[in-house]
Amino acid sequence: MDTRATDQAPAAAILAKGDDRGGAATPLLAVSGLTKHFPIARGTVVRAVDGIDFEVRKGETLGIVGESGCGKSTTARLVMHLIAQDAGELLFDGELVDGQALPLKAYRRQAQMVFQDSYASLNPRMTIEASVAFGPQVHGLSRDDAIARARALLGKVGLEPARFAGRYPHELSGGQRQRVNIARALALNPRLVILDEAVSALDKSVEAQVLNLLLDLRQEFDLTYVFISHDLNVVRFMSDRVMVMYLGEIVEIGPVEALYARPKHPYTRALLAAMPSMDPDRRTEEAPLAGDPPNPINPPAGCRFHPRCPFAEALCATKPPALRDSEGAGHKAACHMAQPGSGHSRAPVAPETVA
Amino acid sequence: MTDAASPLVATAPSPVAASPGYWAGVLRRLGREKVAIAAGVVILLIVLAAIFADFVAPTDPTKTSMLRRLRPIGSPGYLLGADELGRDMLSRLIFGARLSLFMGVVPVFVAFVLGSIIGISAGFFGGRYNTLVMRTVDVFYAFPSVLLAIALSGALGAGIANSILSLTIVFIPPIARIAESVTTQVRTMDYVDAARASGAGPFLIIRAQVLGNVIGPVFVYATSLISVAMILASGLSFLGLGAKPPTPEWGLMLNTLRTAIYIQPWVAVLPGAAIFITSIAFNLLSDGLRSAMEVKN
Amino acid sequence: MLRYFLRRLAYVAPVALGVSFFCFLLVHIAPGDPLTSVLPPDASAAQQEEMRRIYGFDKPLPVQFVLWLWQALQGDLGVSIATGRPVAAEVGKAVGNTLVVALLAMVIGFALGSLFGFVAGYFKGSWLDRGASLIAMLGVSVPHYWLGMVLVILFSVQLGWLPAGGAGPDGSGAWKWNWEHIRYMLLPAITMSVVPMGIIARTVRALVADIMAQDFVTALRAKGMLDPGVLRHVIKNAAPTSLAVMGLQLGYLLGGSILIETVFSWPGTGFLLGNAIFQRDLPLLQGTILVLSMFFVGLNVLVDIVQGLLDPRVRRQ
Repeated sequence: MDTRATDQAPAAAILAKGDDRGGAATPLLAVSGLTKHFPIARGTVVRAVDGIDFEVRKGETLGIVGESGCGKSTTARLVMHLIAQDAGELLFDGELVDGQALPLKAYRRQAQMVFQDSYASLNPRMTIEASVAFGPQVHGLSRDDAIARARALLGKVGLEPARFAGRYPHELSGGQRQRVNIARALALNPRLVILDEAVSALDKSVEAQVLNLLLDLRQEFDLTYVFISHDLNVVRFMSDRVMVMYLGEIVEIGPVEALYARPKHPYTRALLAAMPSMDPDRRTEEAPLAGDPPNPINPPAGCRFHPRCPFAEALCATKPPALRDSEGAGHKAACHMAQPGSGHSRAPVAPETVA
Repeated sequence: MTDAASPLVATAPSPVAASPGYWAGVLRRLGREKVAIAAGVVILLIVLAAIFADFVAPTDPTKTSMLRRLRPIGSPGYLLGADELGRDMLSRLIFGARLSLFMGVVPVFVAFVLGSIIGISAGFFGGRYNTLVMRTVDVFYAFPSVLLAIALSGALGAGIANSILSLTIVFIPPIARIAESVTTQVRTMDYVDAARASGAGPFLIIRAQVLGNVIGPVFVYATSLISVAMILASGLSFLGLGAKPPTPEWGLMLNTLRTAIYIQPWVAVLPGAAIFITSIAFNLLSDGLRSAMEVKN
Repeated sequence: MLRYFLRRLAYVAPVALGVSFFCFLLVHIAPGDPLTSVLPPDASAAQQEEMRRIYGFDKPLPVQFVLWLWQALQGDLGVSIATGRPVAAEVGKAVGNTLVVALLAMVIGFALGSLFGFVAGYFKGSWLDRGASLIAMLGVSVPHYWLGMVLVILFSVQLGWLPAGGAGPDGSGAWKWNWEHIRYMLLPAITMSVVPMGIIARTVRALVADIMAQDFVTALRAKGMLDPGVLRHVIKNAAPTSLAVMGLQLGYLLGGSILIETVFSWPGTGFLLGNAIFQRDLPLLQGTILVLSMFFVGLNVLVDIVQGLLDPRVRRQ
């Protein structure tokens, strides 16, 4: 128990950061078998997220990339418990979310989210300080304490309280509103912050400012980020590890530099190849990806990427590859080509077992 | 490492450059709508006259005089003429405002409260509850309002209380529909998700985040129903289903004066003119309110 | 398209059921023993027994409802207390009269309403808009029964051009297509047209103003104010919704005609309803309301289908 908390004002006690219960080895967030299907018409479902497993380590930034419809946003909402999963387990710091040890309201104090649409995520009828102060008040802070905290946080994100606190969302620019959303996410002193396309709707110059702000805040408040984006450059800038999603599944996950330099999955390779380059000599002559964009209602059998994969073989249409790490460096890919002994013609040779 | 909760410097409340509250903005814009203001003044005058009828009306509205039946407008002592039983029209009109206004406003107000509760809860909680509630609302919505009011009043029997009851039932479905529709839109907004992510329970979210955004449009819609309610209520009295003689009420007065159109037509139409003017005033006010609310967002 | 049609029907079935259940309940929410509501006060014990058997008053409520509904579907809506004639026959006769005047009112209301609404929306902000909107607003605010009285005073009492009430010179209530009878129809129809006129004018104005505010229309208008291409585009886009509103207004006219028919003694369903109420003739009241509300429900479905035909966006809902 942090002794400093008992000396400080009650407000700080209520909003004290959650203890590190699991220790350094336990991941802050461990997701296993997470599944969410959305029913549309009779019988058909959209398989938005289909049995994914991943971890978020304490203090890191995990980037999640993928095309629209790959399930990134659904994953975010599932992790935040804003929608209920159909199957799977969420462990926060080793404890089951919405379980005995970690009731939902307590979890909500520790995990927060910044949404993409800066305008829709703020109540148009509330001043921004009231919006930021809402969360603390829900958890027991008095109105005055909550407002004071809100103003302090607005200052922290670069919005001078004297000028901005009483304003309404429509009186701010997009970048300013996103700062408010960040302040609101920090209001409960969380340990985990999920940023769902948080900078995607901003102009480039504003985006850079907000990204730098996020980095500063991460340092100052000892935060762990999950950073979702479709912009590979931004993800590279922000993340320690990156996870690539396709059609509701994880196709590759690994340290950022390793993944960007030596992508193992053909989809990742295509995504990286599709990034426009500043170098006029590096032109893309052909589209890196053939075939139609995926349909999450009827995903292909076997490896979901196989219809668009230039290296697909008969094996790929029947047997879905597991997300596995072949080198032990924490860089996993769900591709038969990367796994020795899978049967794919390009797979590395399996190491001989020593008799 | 700093903990985000540690006391920070300069938390003394500074004079914040606050913009005026939402409703203050609406009132300000409404103030610029001259027509709506004029209409509001007219309504205010009518309401005041109704409340202080005892002082404003020249004579007793129930005092009959067989000799002075159906005097024309401008007769001495009868500024707006006398009705079929010799009663002073002006006094009866002023006293009649009480009941006519009451029977128009009360159903709408009660329907506003009940309809909002029904619609907001259906819109917020969704699912089967929503389907059940809204389908039931649809059944009532399937009747044209006049028909429903008459059916209910006809079955329940004449009288003011029954009329108010049936009119309230008539107005709950449209208000519930609007409330449900707006709430469903609001519910899908990210800020509601953000409120849920903060750990707030459903009723707190409804009260703090949803209500403010929903009540406005529903209220404006409800005000537009007042003129309809007044006309319907008077219509019920006109048919003999509402107020009973000798109570002064505009619709009832129109009924009893019907045969007088051959003798003193302009006296006979006075009660209806009163309904018309009041109805116009409420509609203009409601229109102005809607414009004032629209400019935001 | 067929699927949309079937979906609308499937949606309306429970609503229609609910509506008929409500009509059925009317007799039961009336104060007193439901039996006394369906019988004349001087009914003999034998008649009471007969009614009890037919209506099944001693059976549980859902069973009564099914019995009553089954009879209604076969065309038996009971017997009017006041006249002793079958309700279905009375209603059938009256519906024709109401339809005739309501349709005329609809045509007038739609024509004038569309005209005013179009002018107001097309020339939004101008004095034309203000004038047309004023007329629309007056139309919506007027107590129609009072307007009927005023028109009677003007055209009948003072000018003597048109009759003050009734459906025909012989007062028979039977409709004939000649000028004599049409004269009787004019005032009621005009009176009935005013409120729909106002509502349609307001709706059309909003629709037209919305369409005109679209950017490419502004570009087209640079060619000229009354460009036929723009006009055609506006009309095509405003048509589905305004037709839908018109259809709904027809429903309201059918249902709400009671007040005007009372003023003009027009022998339609509204007049019938008024008499039923006055005489506490509940079988007649019940039967008339059932027929009228079913009309309205059916009309709603028809309007939805027509809208689906005209506007493909609606079909995808």
